[in-house]
Amino acid sequence: MSENPWYNKGLFSSLNLREKTLLTIALTGLVLVVIFICGTMINNIPTNFDTKMQAPSFVHIFGTDWMGRDMFFRTIKGLSLSIIIGLGASIISSIIATILAFLASSNKYLDSFVSWLIDLFASIPHILLIMMISIALGKGAFGVIMAVAFSHWVNLTRVLRAEVLQINTSEYVALSNKFGKSKFWIAKEHILPLILSQIFVGTLLVFPHAIMHESSVTFLGFGLSPHEPAIGIILSESMSYLAMGAWWLAFFPGLALLIVVLLFDIIGDNLKRLLDPREANN
Amino acid sequence: MELKAENITFSYNKRPILKDVTLSLESNQIVGLIGDSGSGKSTLCKILSGHIPNYKGNVRIEGKEIEQKGFYPVQLIFQHPEKTMNPKWKMEKVLKESWNPPQELKDTFGLKENWMNRWPNELSGGELQRFSILRAINPNTKFIIADEISTMLDAVTQVQIWEALINHCKANNIGILAVSHDIKLLDVICDEVLYFDEINHI
Repeated sequence: MSENPWYNKGLFSSLNLREKTLLTIALTGLVLVVIFICGTMINNIPTNFDTKMQAPSFVHIFGTDWMGRDMFFRTIKGLSLSIIIGLGASIISSIIATILAFLASSNKYLDSFVSWLIDLFASIPHILLIMMISIALGKGAFGVIMAVAFSHWVNLTRVLRAEVLQINTSEYVALSNKFGKSKFWIAKEHILPLILSQIFVGTLLVFPHAIMHESSVTFLGFGLSPHEPAIGIILSESMSYLAMGAWWLAFFPGLALLIVVLLFDIIGDNLKRLLDPREANN
Repeated sequence: MELKAENITFSYNKRPILKDVTLSLESNQIVGLIGDSGSGKSTLCKILSGHIPNYKGNVRIEGKEIEQKGFYPVQLIFQHPEKTMNPKWKMEKVLKESWNPPQELKDTFGLKENWMNRWPNELSGGELQRFSILRAINPNTKFIIADEISTMLDAVTQVQIWEALINHCKANNIGILAVSHDIKLLDVICDEVLYFDEINHI
């Protein structure tokens, strides 16, 4: 039996593991939803040159930047933008993965084509691919979402392809075939319900990657445009002020990004344990 | 009607398993087939019911090739019913994938109404096997290949299930090929018993 993760110890030890897992998912989900909703409600962050470059205090808990803007609000806004991009990218990449997995199952030639495509995309460094696609699609949120989606379907496709292949050799699919059901019917009725949980978990696990990559391409200048307060923009702008001792410009947004990524990872892992029957007994 | 398999030859990765197997089955007949484990009985069953396509020889009904598309008139009942059902389907959907049998047929096979809303892993092997037999006796079925369908059932259930199946098949002119290790069972239910070693020329 594997070691309990840190978030399943201590405070809630009176609950059973299933309840704890559900609680973890609910709490982390709540935090993310709150961040997202707060972020969408922040539309106007006032500039105030009287309070520029202030270190963290109780008035401005994350400090202020060189234009006197409150870094806490900018961080939250940036995180909600990251969540939107992550959501778009992971949903699109799961759709691509599902379609390719079904294509691979339909015949031998398509299967080797899909395997070849997987190897091809897996062999290109992610960040390079994301930069190229993002530039080609004109940067901005759309470019970043597409870039992340088109570079992150690989792992899920591999898993789904194997899963579909295994289901296709099962006796109930063979029997369904002999009951005169069409391939499409079998894919829709037999296979899809069985791989739905995998798709769901796969989507959630792409989320943290999507957010990290969005920030890194934006940081490098190939992603969102500078007027959008994305975390990547905040971090890259702060670079020029770090030498002046304004550590809070990079520290808090970076930490917040890390925490959001971690929260998504926790949801993904816990959901996987709930839905995957092989891990359900742990 | 006659199901006839002629000169069936098949090998797994160059390891020959069936050679020149010929057998025929009439609609009003119950033929037993007995043989050792691993001798290729199940492979022959799968060939007869169209689950394995790339064999040599031919399987015909009334001298005609069997249409691959649509409902296959030769239905195989597997040994392990739990593997033949999608674990995410309720039993009602499992049954209706083939057809919607009338209530009296459900009663003959002892299907209880409250089983319909359960998942396959909530029923026992014997209960599941009743479903898979009922699925196989669709009105379009002409022949049934029963591959050790009662090995995991207790004696009472075995009798019940075989009796119901045989009565239905006699009434509807469906031929049965019963494969088993249990020679006593085959002696009781079959019109004729074949020995697999005698028809397989390997």
